[in-house]
Amino acid sequence: MRKKSRKPAVLTWIIVAVIYAAVFAAEQLLPPSSMLFTVLKKGATYALVAVSMNLLNGFTGIFSLGQAGFMMIGAYVYAIFTIPAESRPVVYQYYDGGLIQFSLPVVVALVLAGLAAAFFAFLIGLPVLRLKSDYLAIATLGFAEIMRVLIQWNNMGPLTNGSNMLRLYPSFNDFNIRNANGEVTVYLSTLVPFLIAGVCIGLIVLLLNSGYGRALKSIRDDEIAAEAMGINLAHHKRLSFCISSFFAGVGGAMLAMYQTTVQAKFFTTAMTYEILLIVVIGGVGSVTGSVLSSFLFVAASEWWLRFLDEKQIIGSLEVPLLRNGFRLVVFSIIIMVVVLFFRKGIMGTRELPDLFREKRKEAVK
Amino acid sequence: MWDTVFPYLLSGISVGGQYALIAIGYTMVYGILRLINFAHGDVFMAAGIIMVYIAASGIPLWISVPLVLIITAAVGFVIERVAYKPLRSAPRMSAMISAIGVSYTLQNLVLYITGGLNKQYPTIPVISDSVRIGPATTKVVTIVTPVLVILLVVALVLLISKTKIGMAMRAVSKDFETAQLMGIKINSVISTTFVIGSFLAGVGSVLYFTNYPTVIQTSGAMPGLKAFVAAVFGGIGSIPGAVVGAFIIGIMENLIKGLDVILFKAGLVSKPLGLAIFSDAFTFALLIIILVVKPTGLFGEKTTDKV
Repeated sequence: MRKKSRKPAVLTWIIVAVIYAAVFAAEQLLPPSSMLFTVLKKGATYALVAVSMNLLNGFTGIFSLGQAGFMMIGAYVYAIFTIPAESRPVVYQYYDGGLIQFSLPVVVALVLAGLAAAFFAFLIGLPVLRLKSDYLAIATLGFAEIMRVLIQWNNMGPLTNGSNMLRLYPSFNDFNIRNANGEVTVYLSTLVPFLIAGVCIGLIVLLLNSGYGRALKSIRDDEIAAEAMGINLAHHKRLSFCISSFFAGVGGAMLAMYQTTVQAKFFTTAMTYEILLIVVIGGVGSVTGSVLSSFLFVAASEWWLRFLDEKQIIGSLEVPLLRNGFRLVVFSIIIMVVVLFFRKGIMGTRELPDLFREKRKEAVK
Repeated sequence: MWDTVFPYLLSGISVGGQYALIAIGYTMVYGILRLINFAHGDVFMAAGIIMVYIAASGIPLWISVPLVLIITAAVGFVIERVAYKPLRSAPRMSAMISAIGVSYTLQNLVLYITGGLNKQYPTIPVISDSVRIGPATTKVVTIVTPVLVILLVVALVLLISKTKIGMAMRAVSKDFETAQLMGIKINSVISTTFVIGSFLAGVGSVLYFTNYPTVIQTSGAMPGLKAFVAAVFGGIGSIPGAVVGAFIIGIMENLIKGLDVILFKAGLVSKPLGLAIFSDAFTFALLIIILVVKPTGLFGEKTTDKV
């Protein structure tokens, strides 16, 4: 038996370190208005949410469509607890400054956002996790819709500000270090989301490589066989559901930081579908794939395909079809092609270290 | 009291009938393919948009309505051939993801065509006229809907129980592989199912958009989900179940919309509680309760999973 090589792991660490260094360097050198940073910030957020969804759909085999609902809970908890006390009368102008009159540090609020989402996941999981695949999908989707309505209810106003938006809480840009004159000395607004997402995804990877992770994968592959091997199905499914929702909640809080405002009406099923499609494009069952496709998805929709939405003139000829909305049509077609013909997505079930292993094997041949 | 409740009840029956027409499509497809056709609500919306554009091109109404129904049926046929047929042997999750992809595509396509603007649905004479029933004023479509639904359902049930294609459909939904071995042309049976489902969704859209006359790319999402809940509530796979479920959901939803007014008039509350926004949430709460208490729904058949 050949000793397991440590080289792929080392290479992976080097790549991750290089990416973080590059992000940090780019932020200091390029103008902060560059599209690159929009893509990186939103991409990091979506990467975390996509990986959390993959943990459930790809690794445990639970087809849940409640992701947007859990993100919304996270986003709201984060925003509610971090709006500075002095800004509350402005934000909650219709509700006499709101119910809560203190604010928590960002990190505490982030963890709280995750815990709140996990708590709701636990509650809804009690009845819903007993259901089979497609019924479970619809039930979780329904749960997300119920939460959305509940948050917008006028009587919840003192807490959630009803259907009005929450704002003025710390966003990514507040992480930049400023000098006494208010000029930015060190830009951190892109590195921070990378760090949050990196730590969370790292934790998910650790979980997947542990005994629990193997139990989850065995449930995905064959529930009955897993149960026969002594795996407690209900316990493991609940665990996976709560952990996935925890990170979806943290991801929701990051989305709140990215957008600088939170409003319940944007956390629709369409958002869940978008994340699901990201997971599918990346490869159901691959963390690396989800991360990669998140950045690709965001870059394509926010940046690279933008030109499709505007009139383009090549020479004296106006290119036909191009007008507002065409980008999304092209996008949908790409997605359908992936879904129909490249069902494995970008990575299949492979991870970053696996790529180096395969390359080495080829070299030996 | 009755005077307050009656208008809500009436519009509930009307909306319920429209949901029923969509729900039949869900339930038939699920019965045969075991697939939740997430795109069905969007087919319904597409039928609305097609009608808008056909009417705008000046074609007279007695041609345009049948034309819309035919085009909608064709859309359903094409969706099945392109997006579901290649995945028939793939895991169920793949087909469901493909359905979500189709829904996304249809919405974006309509967004592109309309530019994301609300489109005014053409007024169809006779059924959009006002009529007075007891204490309520409503459109003729409110009365036409339940009658039409019952006629169509009777026709459909006859088709399924008496004709050869109906027998084939029943066989396929019982056992996919055996039906194939018995010489049933599975592809044509599945296509027929999609054509019938989309046709009924088209009829539903004509009725629905006469009541709520604006169409936008997301118009199909909510009615679609509710019709699906209706199908589950009635027992998925069962056509009478879907119809009963749809009427119950339509009526309950409208009663909740009017609950504030009803409670206020009855003197039970002194100020409105803003309960109307829960009309959508109620549908989903009902879904979760039904799934937990009686997953097979009101009329569903009990299935057992084999190892």
